[in-house]
Amino acid sequence: MASLDDLKKRISSVKSTQKITKAMKMVAAAKLRRAQENAEKGRPYSDKMNNIILNLSNGISDIDNAPKLLSGTGEDKVHLCVVMTSDRGLCGGFNTNIIKKAKLYFQKILDEGKTLKIITVGTKGYDQLKRLYGDNIIERISFKDSKNVNYFDADKVGKIVIEKFDKKEFDVCAIFYNQFKNVITQIPQEQQIIPLKTSEKEENSSEDNYEFEPEEDEILSNLLPKNISTQIFKAMLENSASEQGSRMSAMDNATRNAGEMVDKLTIEYNRSRQAAITKELIEIISGAESL
Amino acid sequence: MSEEYSLEIVNPEKSFLSKNDVTEVVVPAFEGEIGILKDHISIISFLKPGIIKIFSKSGEESFYVNDGIIEFKDNNLSILTSLILNLKDIDKEKISEIQKSAEEELNKSDINDQEKYLLDQKLEVLKSIN
Repeated sequence: MASLDDLKKRISSVKSTQKITKAMKMVAAAKLRRAQENAEKGRPYSDKMNNIILNLSNGISDIDNAPKLLSGTGEDKVHLCVVMTSDRGLCGGFNTNIIKKAKLYFQKILDEGKTLKIITVGTKGYDQLKRLYGDNIIERISFKDSKNVNYFDADKVGKIVIEKFDKKEFDVCAIFYNQFKNVITQIPQEQQIIPLKTSEKEENSSEDNYEFEPEEDEILSNLLPKNISTQIFKAMLENSASEQGSRMSAMDNATRNAGEMVDKLTIEYNRSRQAAITKELIEIISGAESL
Repeated sequence: MSEEYSLEIVNPEKSFLSKNDVTEVVVPAFEGEIGILKDHISIISFLKPGIIKIFSKSGEESFYVNDGIIEFKDNNLSILTSLILNLKDIDKEKISEIQKSAEEELNKSDINDQEKYLLDQKLEVLKSIN
């Protein structure tokens, strides 16, 4: 059995761990609020962007001449996956969930005999993927230095993707991120951004006739690259809210577990202290009796 | 009948400005400035670097934009832009910063004519502000 001293040490060590997890939880909670606000504020932009693109693509009559970013290259051979994860750990299943989702997709692609290319955003994703898919990773990006999620970072990623598309390095591009639902639930998402899936082209009864300046296809070809950055930015915002949410609940659990452990150890400590006292008493009494 | 319509300016971070009492907005569209009054036909256009002027009941305001898309429909004008600055409380340093990066871009050899044109525009506007 552990000596009293050992138990004491363990109790104090668990207590200091608990202090850390508690502090991390508080920090995550504060950051979460801000991240959530940012995610909500960012929605109008991407929604409006989507709307305009939907309107534009509905207006395009000549599918064959549509910009490649919208219609695709016509092939389906090389897939580019942008896996977005966090730069820091200790956030529960946040990164693992994204990676799990991505790996399923990777396996599917490879089984079909297609080529897979990966861009990782965030260091944790790279760490988890390099062992299995190290050869497929063509680029790794990290925004460890930027404090907040900002559009220019997203734009950088977007530009890399478009540059590679223009060089015909891939046919299909998908991004992976966690969608923030609430503090406990984050849903890993797979979203195809090239070619753009104009989700359920609703037949608008009030078909709007827009005037375009300059021409429709020129607007589209300028807008689509922007849309990619916007989608990536949206994913980054969702991701950062999810990360904080995930970290908060993970740290909450850790704090609770530490508390339970301290209780258990304290009971054990008290018992063995009692046992030691009793033992000493018995020794004294039996010593006195034998006289 | 009132001559006012509503305007919303959004950038990726947030909804930047929202007004219900604008009477005219002048935007630096790609093929020249457009002034938009009430009951304008539905239009989608995109912007080059320049100044947006907003006339409303409460006065006149000017903003610098880097780029953007506008959509006007049913007397709602939406402007989407990645960078927007209010000319009233503009930060000189920020302007020079943008100016500098634009100049650097311009000196790169691998830019096409359109990019060059946009950058020239940008510099011109920035110089006029400063």
